[in-house]
Amino acid sequence: MSQEILENNVASEPTPGEQHFPPFEISDDIIALADERISHYPESKLSAVLPLIHIVQHKHGFVSKEAIAWIAEKLEIEPMKVVSVVTFYPGFRQSAPGKFHYRVCRTLSCAMAGSYELMDQICEITGIDRSKLSHHHPIVVSPCGNYSVEFAECLASCGSAPVCLVNDDFHENIKPENAQDLINQYKV
Amino acid sequence: MSDIKYLPGKEPHEREHRLIFKNIDREGWDPSIKCYMQDGGYDQLKKAINMEPGDITNEVKTSGLRGRGGAGFPTGVKWGFIPPGNTKPVYLICNCDESEPGTFKDRYIVHQDPHQLIEGMVISAFAVGAHTAFIYMREEFPEAAIIMEQAIEEARKKGFVGKNILGSGFDLEIWVHRGAAAYICGEETGLIESLEGKRPYPRIKPPYFPAALGLYMAPTIVNNVESLCHVKHIIEMGGEEYAKLGVDRNTGTRILCVSGDVKYPGYFEIQVGKMTMRELLYDVCGGPKDGKEFKAVIPGGSSSKILRCDETFKIGRGDDAKDLDFWDIQLDFDTLAACGSMAGSGGVIVLDNSRKMSWVLNNINHFYAHESCGQCTPCREGSTWMKKISDRIVEGKATPEDITTLEEVAYQIDGKTVCAFGEASSWPVEAIISKFRDELTADTDENNERLSKEQLQREMFLSKS
Repeated sequence: MSQEILENNVASEPTPGEQHFPPFEISDDIIALADERISHYPESKLSAVLPLIHIVQHKHGFVSKEAIAWIAEKLEIEPMKVVSVVTFYPGFRQSAPGKFHYRVCRTLSCAMAGSYELMDQICEITGIDRSKLSHHHPIVVSPCGNYSVEFAECLASCGSAPVCLVNDDFHENIKPENAQDLINQYKV
Repeated sequence: MSDIKYLPGKEPHEREHRLIFKNIDREGWDPSIKCYMQDGGYDQLKKAINMEPGDITNEVKTSGLRGRGGAGFPTGVKWGFIPPGNTKPVYLICNCDESEPGTFKDRYIVHQDPHQLIEGMVISAFAVGAHTAFIYMREEFPEAAIIMEQAIEEARKKGFVGKNILGSGFDLEIWVHRGAAAYICGEETGLIESLEGKRPYPRIKPPYFPAALGLYMAPTIVNNVESLCHVKHIIEMGGEEYAKLGVDRNTGTRILCVSGDVKYPGYFEIQVGKMTMRELLYDVCGGPKDGKEFKAVIPGGSSSKILRCDETFKIGRGDDAKDLDFWDIQLDFDTLAACGSMAGSGGVIVLDNSRKMSWVLNNINHFYAHESCGQCTPCREGSTWMKKISDRIVEGKATPEDITTLEEVAYQIDGKTVCAFGEASSWPVEAIISKFRDELTADTDENNERLSKEQLQREMFLSKS
């Protein structure tokens, strides 16, 4: 029953970024990481749902149907509870990003310092069509699959605006004209 | 303190009084426990662990410490709300979901000085009787989550965290819990829901404080990173001595984060209320950029009400009533509240005369429309409507009536939602319209296409309900 709901309701659109991430599989290391996280919450296994999604997304790039089913089984909860979390939080993705995922802050201080122009520069260099960005499709991947962009809401470094996260690396004071230098730091 | 050297170009301003940020940008400083302990680290924990838990709470009450996350609620009083005779476990949660636009203080603490936070947390957990503590770390700080976990591991090896801390018989586990980029998780009951593994819909009040019913329906204390760090310094100085910092009812130091149109933006730790707006923006931040003039200031994160630089405020009542010029505003909780805004989380965003208010308003509206959790209808629908209307203004497609509609929508969100997000999203709109109505109206045009009949009906329904 619950498997059927997943089949019908959870869709991960294929993206060119997929080639850079291994497809989801239940491996020994992912089980070990999950068990360690679950041990932090003796009162309720449900609490481990965010940490487990993070583990999956970090390794596989996004949270697939198979991953949701595994997390639900691991935590002994209905898969829909995992789906409700994955679909709520902007930090979780249901499709693969590019190999290098650029999150540019668009909130007030960064916007005043030129973050929209920075985004335009990044898109131009990486060949991403920014007009495809929308509330329902916040991430756009370049046709080659190496790059993807997303506007982030306040990255909490307004004094050194504009700022940008590339995967897990934080970069500050990135003037729009320095977009090429930022991209050069990440070799494809 | 005088022998501390800071990195070139990162020296504190002479007007600063650094407690929490003592080690930020310090020369030769790293986040290791070795470095922290060479500097007297964990000495306050050794002192506190031999005190009575109730005495620690009393010291914090005496200190007058007010929460640094936004609401400014007295920390010691919050701790006192744990029901007497409680038999359930107590939880301590550190709110490190710093996401109010304009605020960037916790970032530096968790990246550069993680042990200060751990020491503050262990002392606080001991005071409230918590044996499990969580650090709710925002997803956008991936590096900080690793630094924090390493620091906790180091502290565990030295016996400052874990079983039988320093032989006192007190046990405490601290875990880092990462969020997933949702602003609403900064609301304490939303944060608790998120920690329970659900969507972070804020809980209905009462109970007003999770100290009564919080995580897993047990008493829970949620404090901001900066507030927990202050606890360490209160133990070091004593509550009475700490209360001498700052001004009456607004004690201690706090970190102001200045961003936007000033020459030298950055973070400045000052004694609360001991600095005026003029001193902050001109003396500390170097004034406006060349050829520009200051226009307006958002004093406490993007949700606080904007203040015009040419405004005069009437504060006080009866015989105490007086006029206060914008530039003479003391930067403390009570003065900013008297001026109709708030000190919030300390994020000061400065705008100069090159900024169009319609653009500023639209940027803020986009943020709140994106971050509304969707639980309460006025906020879910209203924040999106406000975004759509301000989009029209920015695109030059709005009519003058749109400004009125926008204002009406804002007033119908304010005070009608489960959590304070309703106010957070509507206050900027209310304030910008009331203070810059002429400028906004100038961006509209009588001759623009009116809304369709259907759209108008929807908005009439809105204003009558």
